[in-house]
Amino acid sequence: MHLAFLPKRGTMARREAYWFYGLITPWTLGFLLFTAYPIISSILLSLMRWDLVHSPKPVGFSNYTQALTRDPLFWQSLKVTAIYTFGSVPIRLAAGLAVAILMNQKIPWMPFFRTIWYLPSVVSGVAVAILWLWIFNPYFGLLNYLIWLIFRVQGPFWLAKEELVLPAFIIMSLWSVGGGMVIVLAALQGVPTELYEAAEIDGAARWSKFLHITIPMVSPVIFFNLVTGIIDTFQVFTAGYVMTSGGPNNASLFYVLYLYRNAWQYLAMGYASALAWILFVVIMFFTVLVLRSSSLWVHYEGVRAR
Amino acid sequence: MTALERPAMRERVPANRAGARQAPWLLRKSVQERLWRGFALVLILVGGAACLLPFLWMVSTSFKSQVEVYQFPPRWIPRHFLWRNYTAAFTILPFGRFFLNSAIIAISSMIGTVLSCSVVAYAFARLRAPGRDALFLVLLATMMLPGQVTIIPVYITFRYLGWINTFKPLIVPSFFAGAFSVFLLRQFFMSIPAEMDDAAKIDGAGVLGTFFRILVPMSKPALATVAIFSFMGDWSSFFGPLLYLNSKDKMTVPVALSFFRNTQSGSGNMAYMMAVSVIALLPPVLIFFFAQRYFIQGIVVTGLKG
Repeated sequence: MHLAFLPKRGTMARREAYWFYGLITPWTLGFLLFTAYPIISSILLSLMRWDLVHSPKPVGFSNYTQALTRDPLFWQSLKVTAIYTFGSVPIRLAAGLAVAILMNQKIPWMPFFRTIWYLPSVVSGVAVAILWLWIFNPYFGLLNYLIWLIFRVQGPFWLAKEELVLPAFIIMSLWSVGGGMVIVLAALQGVPTELYEAAEIDGAARWSKFLHITIPMVSPVIFFNLVTGIIDTFQVFTAGYVMTSGGPNNASLFYVLYLYRNAWQYLAMGYASALAWILFVVIMFFTVLVLRSSSLWVHYEGVRAR
Repeated sequence: MTALERPAMRERVPANRAGARQAPWLLRKSVQERLWRGFALVLILVGGAACLLPFLWMVSTSFKSQVEVYQFPPRWIPRHFLWRNYTAAFTILPFGRFFLNSAIIAISSMIGTVLSCSVVAYAFARLRAPGRDALFLVLLATMMLPGQVTIIPVYITFRYLGWINTFKPLIVPSFFAGAFSVFLLRQFFMSIPAEMDDAAKIDGAGVLGTFFRILVPMSKPALATVAIFSFMGDWSSFFGPLLYLNSKDKMTVPVALSFFRNTQSGSGNMAYMMAVSVIALLPPVLIFFFAQRYFIQGIVVTGLKG
């Protein structure tokens, strides 16, 4: 067999190429089995109606049109997820940046405090959801106890009120703000000292140094936190499933929870696949939006284009 | 994407660099500077307390009696420490079994991830072959794809294979080199000077010899980081186990917790629920305290890739 793209036969380079293809086989197989094939299969499924029992029936684009035009729960779940994402991600970013700057002030025992702040980010999942369920308990929970201590009033029914359930989830997401903070802190410590010294010689004020040195220098990290934050938050599932089951009155029906119900409770595999692709498009839309905007506000040190 | 060329995992980010920058300020010790630092310290203390409070709340509740749980205002230190809430955790439902299941899955996946990802990352970092960079871009692109897009066809495939209600769907894929860990390890391998390889080659080591004698011993921190991230992710993972495990003897801790929350004996017994949650969160918290530096390293590598 003549393989023109490979280096000359019998050379070291040729052998190295063979080793390369051999060693990456786990990834290549995994890519074909768990990414490439499922993508194609999922596209085809989204054009069918299938309940896993009877044979699949092609229905064209009707799954998509049904979601977009005739399914109020689809729009509800998209709305809920978008509100949650654009409520929690900016607050978390701002708080993460603020705390990182505070941490960077030569505070005594900084590593100790960093550990404390980061601790909530190492735990996640169902146990955390159940903990917060208890914290939000209207009569005996920690949050309303603190509200009572400070204001001497009975706090609200957080998870039982349509208008409070998403704010409650946003409060909960703030608990793990230390995760983003640690990344920003690492970036802050990489900012060359000379920049600040030069600014001080020029008589720059604290605020001006913050605005013209600190922010530009950590903007790539803020950008990274923003992109991963949007992507992760759009896919939130566990909190809605465990704590509220999407309630009250679908006020916390997160998109992936609705997708899960369609696929594994109503066995509408085709419809759920269409929902997955719509989610992909929505996430891509916002990711590209942020990427496009990044040239306006993300500063990269050095001339090389990143 | 400079990160691809840059040796990203800096072993020791000079921790006192920020301190060095502040030194002239410290010596001056202006009133304004002291005020600012005091303000920062207070905010960090209050926020740190807010980070710890939910944990303390959980532990406190876990030792209370049924009566004490529903007392207002709550007592932070229970009158009697009821250890039987913890022993009950293993008798009301077989949580011992669930912990074993979680451990089997998380440890097997961890082994699979470290083995497959290190080999693939080595190939991408050190071996030259036509198409290598294009393939690496494909690998990076797969990180962007939300899991919901592929999960339905993957689920259907495992169903055909008869793997539902076995651990296989949760373990086998980890042997096929996940993109994130490959990326992290490749970045680390790139930061090890190639001269080290050359020295081994002069000594007659082949492709695999170089890998095992040079890169593996020098990359222990990075391999530990990948192993820890993998374990922590699988330990608290919920969506996959929820889909694939449905009989009681196969459940993992998160699935059992979610299941138990909806049963009669669970929803009414907060002390018991908190005791189980404490045990469930213990492994991640302990690992975090004992392996903190790997966390910070992993964060720096993955966080600064922007």
